[in-house]
Amino acid sequence: MDSYAIIGAVSVLGACICMGIGSIGSALGEGQAAAAALQAMAQQPDEANRIRSTMFVTLAMLETTALYAMLIAFLTLYANPFWNYAISQ
Amino acid sequence: MISVDFSQWLDLPQKGRVIGLNSFDGIHIFQYGDWYINATIFNSWLVMLLITLIAWLTTRKLSTAKHVSKWQTALEALVLWLQRESNETSGSRTNQYLGMAMGLFCFILVCNLLTFIPWFRPPTASLSTTMALAAVVFLAIPYFAVKNAGIKGYLRKFIEPVPLMLPMNIFSEFFSVFAMGLRLFGNMLSGVMFASILSAFVPFIAPLTMQTLGLLTGSIQAYIFALLAVVYSSSVKEEVVPEIITT
Repeated sequence: MDSYAIIGAVSVLGACICMGIGSIGSALGEGQAAAAALQAMAQQPDEANRIRSTMFVTLAMLETTALYAMLIAFLTLYANPFWNYAISQ
Repeated sequence: MISVDFSQWLDLPQKGRVIGLNSFDGIHIFQYGDWYINATIFNSWLVMLLITLIAWLTTRKLSTAKHVSKWQTALEALVLWLQRESNETSGSRTNQYLGMAMGLFCFILVCNLLTFIPWFRPPTASLSTTMALAAVVFLAIPYFAVKNAGIKGYLRKFIEPVPLMLPMNIFSEFFSVFAMGLRLFGNMLSGVMFASILSAFVPFIAPLTMQTLGLLTGSIQAYIFALLAVVYSSSVKEEVVPEIITT
């Protein structure tokens, strides 16, 4: 097994693990935020519009951690420096 | 000799096309020797042209009569909404953050909404565009801080709780803005890449649903980017500000 195969296999595996583990926390957090917002909307229907817009902003900010994991997964898949080094050898 | 090549401007799903982090910057539309204009820059020119055209056509015939044009009503509603949001968020009653917030919001919103034109590459799905927008915010933070609180007030922010936190504060100054650029880039890139991967499997109906979801994500991202720019710029509170109250 030469270095190409090792680097390629580890990159794909690393990207999958990174995406899988990285999205867990973001998903749990978004679920809690949405649940709290729905509860607040049910209790105060007059404030539903404000709560909804704040909830969207919060959800988009919570998504950020999963997006960082996705960027790292893309880096390992498409712009991997170790793979490029192994190619240039 | 200027060579012009529009053959790859459309983001047509092709078999075996390389989709990657920098694939959107790799398409050269105009080329002159070693200098080139890539598709990202060209598309952001198109967006700027569209915004300028709409704004010029609307403000050409402003009126205060009883019946105003639909475009004027729409733009007035947009400006008033963003004015209220930015003033509430920053806690200032002058409209000093409105210009920056409006520029960022309009540009990002039009970029993101134009993804519903089939196979248009949004310029915000390129890291160079979002980092340029983040650099604007990075320069706006000291500008507004010095304008509102003076140089002393701005520098005091770095030793704010205790002087021991100085390296952390400097680090967070860079990273908070860096994260803004990355967030916008990640959101738009994931939408574009998911649509193009899906269109390789199911070319007809299925990508449409993801692109519709992308419209919602895109407008929320534009709102968040503008709002976060206002939040970071107004992080140094003013001491004395001449109050010009407009509603």
